[in-house]
Amino acid sequence: MTEKKNLVIIGGGPAGLAAAKAAYDAGERDILVLEREERLGGILNQCIHNGFGLHTFKEELTGPEYAARYEREVAARGIECKTGTTVLSIKDRQVTAVGAEGLKVYDAKAVILACGCRERPRGAINIAGCRAAGVFSAGTAQKLINIDGLMPGREVVILGSGDIGLIMARRMTFQGAKVKAVVELMPYSSGLNRNIVQCLDDFGIPLKFSHTVVGIKGKKRVSSVIVAAVDKDLRPVAGTEEEIPCDTLLLSVGLLPENEVAKTAGVELSPVTSGAVVDDGLMTSCDGVFACGNVLHVHDLVDFVSEESERAGASAAAYIRGKSGGSDHVTVSASGGVRYAVPQKVNRRGDGPIGFKMRVGRPAKDVKISLFCDGREVAFRKKRIVTPGEMETLSLTAEQSDVLRGAHEAEIRLTEV
Amino acid sequence: MKEMICICCPLGCRLKVYDEGGELRVEGNSCPRGARYGVEETRCPKRTVTSVVRVEGGDCEMVSVKTSDAIEKAKIFDALALLKGLKVTAPIEEGSVIVRDILGTGVDFVATKTVRKKQ
Amino acid sequence: MRIVIIGAGVIGCAVARELRRYNADVTVLEKENDVACGTSKANSGVVHAGFDAVPGTLKARYNVLGNAAFDRLSAELGFSFKRNGAYVLCFSKEDEPVLGKLLEQGIKNGVKQLEIHTGEQIRKKEKYVSEEVTAGLWAPSSGIVSPYGMTIAYAENAAVNGAEFKTGKRVDDIFYDGKKIVAKCSDGSVYPADLIVNCAGVHGDDVNNILCEDKLKITARKGEYMLLDKTAGGYAHSTLFQLPTKMGKGILVVPTVSGNIMLGPTAADVDDKDCADTTFEGLEEAFSKARRTVPSLDKRAVITQFTGLRAHSETGDFEIGFATCRQMYNIVGIESPGLTAAPAIATAAAEEIAAAFGLERNENFVAQRKAPPSFAKMTDEQRAELIAKDPLYGKIVCRCENVTEGEIVDAIRRPVGAKDLDGIKRRTRAGMGRCQGGFCTPRVMEILARELGCDVAEVTKNGKGSEIVVGRIE
Repeated sequence: MTEKKNLVIIGGGPAGLAAAKAAYDAGERDILVLEREERLGGILNQCIHNGFGLHTFKEELTGPEYAARYEREVAARGIECKTGTTVLSIKDRQVTAVGAEGLKVYDAKAVILACGCRERPRGAINIAGCRAAGVFSAGTAQKLINIDGLMPGREVVILGSGDIGLIMARRMTFQGAKVKAVVELMPYSSGLNRNIVQCLDDFGIPLKFSHTVVGIKGKKRVSSVIVAAVDKDLRPVAGTEEEIPCDTLLLSVGLLPENEVAKTAGVELSPVTSGAVVDDGLMTSCDGVFACGNVLHVHDLVDFVSEESERAGASAAAYIRGKSGGSDHVTVSASGGVRYAVPQKVNRRGDGPIGFKMRVGRPAKDVKISLFCDGREVAFRKKRIVTPGEMETLSLTAEQSDVLRGAHEAEIRLTEV
Repeated sequence: MKEMICICCPLGCRLKVYDEGGELRVEGNSCPRGARYGVEETRCPKRTVTSVVRVEGGDCEMVSVKTSDAIEKAKIFDALALLKGLKVTAPIEEGSVIVRDILGTGVDFVATKTVRKKQ
Repeated sequence: MRIVIIGAGVIGCAVARELRRYNADVTVLEKENDVACGTSKANSGVVHAGFDAVPGTLKARYNVLGNAAFDRLSAELGFSFKRNGAYVLCFSKEDEPVLGKLLEQGIKNGVKQLEIHTGEQIRKKEKYVSEEVTAGLWAPSSGIVSPYGMTIAYAENAAVNGAEFKTGKRVDDIFYDGKKIVAKCSDGSVYPADLIVNCAGVHGDDVNNILCEDKLKITARKGEYMLLDKTAGGYAHSTLFQLPTKMGKGILVVPTVSGNIMLGPTAADVDDKDCADTTFEGLEEAFSKARRTVPSLDKRAVITQFTGLRAHSETGDFEIGFATCRQMYNIVGIESPGLTAAPAIATAAAEEIAAAFGLERNENFVAQRKAPPSFAKMTDEQRAELIAKDPLYGKIVCRCENVTEGEIVDAIRRPVGAKDLDGIKRRTRAGMGRCQGGFCTPRVMEILARELGCDVAEVTKNGKGSEIVVGRIE
């Protein structure tokens, strides 16, 4: 039942495939990718819209095309991928997985977590009302339409103007549904402007900022939702309720890294990202267990997932070869409008340039993202605008990275220019 | 005058495009890309359209498709209508043409996914 | 002897099973698409010790009798049950005498091992309990059960023993036809019987009042709940009550047999007996009051909310026995501690009916039910063995609760099997985890369609009109 493997990668989506490719290119040959679905590619398979790959391939691809490129890379290298296989737990790098062929334990030298994220469900946001059919998370509706060829509803209200919500507004419209409104709790959208224009404005779909859904009505199937304005503390304002007849409510209210497997391994998780706390080699608090992609923190662009995952793959390959950074770290904290920055710690004995990915808490104009080491600004990047929906990056030069490795404490901070 | 949000970057400038005797003048932009966008979006807005088509005998129910190039925004729904009721038979290679020459535009609907035959 | 039972909640299903110990034809008519769709699916799941009920009432009698039956019954019928103990918490010195009264009442009712604990003693056992708590009544015989798990177990065992279950049968008329009493359903079907057993829950008065002179009044009392993720499971190990009020046992913080934490219920009388909507105010109330018990409760751990309707009789007690019209037996007004009392009620009712009609024992009755396999609860060795027998048990469908395709197929094929998404959920827990079916819904729909031989677009959440999708994309 137990089989030895150098590197086991959990997840065959964009993160897992990029990590596998990079680990191979870094010299590792004994790699196994475990994917729970029957197909590789992960969530990209259902993201049939275009806009992927501008950074990675310098062209606009659809989700399935982007996934296929990495699948071909992995196939060309002869990397073993097992689909229909779910990982149940990891303990001391022993990966227990289950599939139709049985239960198997892989004794791995290194493990990469690349299991992606999941959507917050209705229950997590406490919308009162009926329990009728017709309430879907946007991603579930996307899968029903694009993969299963099933139509979730005809008259739709969407809560949440993140990119998935916007994309689904257009998708439902294309399939003949009437999208009555997109309702957004915040006074701004976390989606791309491009998606607001091309998914809503193109079709005259109203976007209601500072509004939320306060009730769902219906017996067996949703018959209407109640929408109300919210005050600055995001609480519904009495008297502003409006009933919108519809048969479907789609929820696009946030994504969460899916760290159930990480928890079985005892990986330290960040309360901010809900993903693992990692060092600059993307290794978690568990020796030899790495994390990348949306299981680490939710990304906006798949291109960044690929880039991060390639780093994790190369780093895991180096670890297997015996190159370990040890446990002497500089902690990098985030403050002043930066909600989080990944990696959260840097290996003092590491080498090469370090890059950070981060998200801000609220939109801001004309700002500077700076790295301070022991109170001194070591690197910065000026931005005309930052928004919570877009991931920001800060890449250090080799010299700047060395300064960071020698620092007592470090901080990434947002300041107005 | 036409109003629009610029999509070139997250700034999302509110553009005003004035038609001055055939010449288009853009206001509200913060950069030259914004001005170009304003003109193009007014003259002939174009979009890449993606959707799905039902597959027979494949290892999945639907094949995803896209327009091989952007088409005029005004033609989106007429283009989508061409996919209605359409059934394609597996196997299908990524990039293969599903509908040729959409509405005389010279643009095709092509598959964005490889579908194998059902085993 | 032909008996028709109206209602397939825990009472209807338990009575069906107990009646099959005798030689009588038993048919259960249920208006919903499945068993356990009303009060039995949405309650606290507490097996009460029995100190609450007023001595001398049916509630007190059947509560204590029922509680004692759970160890044997859960083993026999293969459903999850745990004696986790309960505290009634007191938040001020002045109220402490009430605890003493509850203790005395409990002793009168025959509840054993009751003790008064100090706030410190309580917090030693339950470290998240509020500092405000000064004392509490400890009832170690209190337990928890999955109310729908128990109902389904009863139904399956009843069915295996020959009881017939008809779902989608809303009885809208009852009349006499010669010697028979006849239940007529809204779809036009008729079920003539020698006896109708009214187990219609919140509609128990409607069923009784069609023919009986003595009218009953059942009020639907709404209770709203919040369910927390398993990660919050440590908040409470025993059932944490607050001192009772006249509307009920107050808001409790209770672990479930699956390792979640539940908060609630609120209590509000409602007019619409079929309306199980949650309300903004109700949920806020449930949460804020539960926070009085456990101040560190975190709203971010909430994964779902639901409402249950209790069947409150205006007499305040259970109404059990032959009705004033002939050929009808009522088991109505079964509110808390109804779930606990159900085994004892069913046994007593079946005995009374059997004696009245001179029914003979059914020699072929099989009391044991083989519980379905639960992949999540197995050891790796057991899992490997199961997959070797049936590879479908190696296909995880619900990733949050680790439910396999094998379990889902089994849930559909079992006696009184699942016919819809909610039925799968209650039998296997697929869709009950933190993503609430986000990932597994399309997959479960596919399996249901395949097993039931219908189009996937016809799959419902809980019966006709609740189709998940509106059609296929062509």
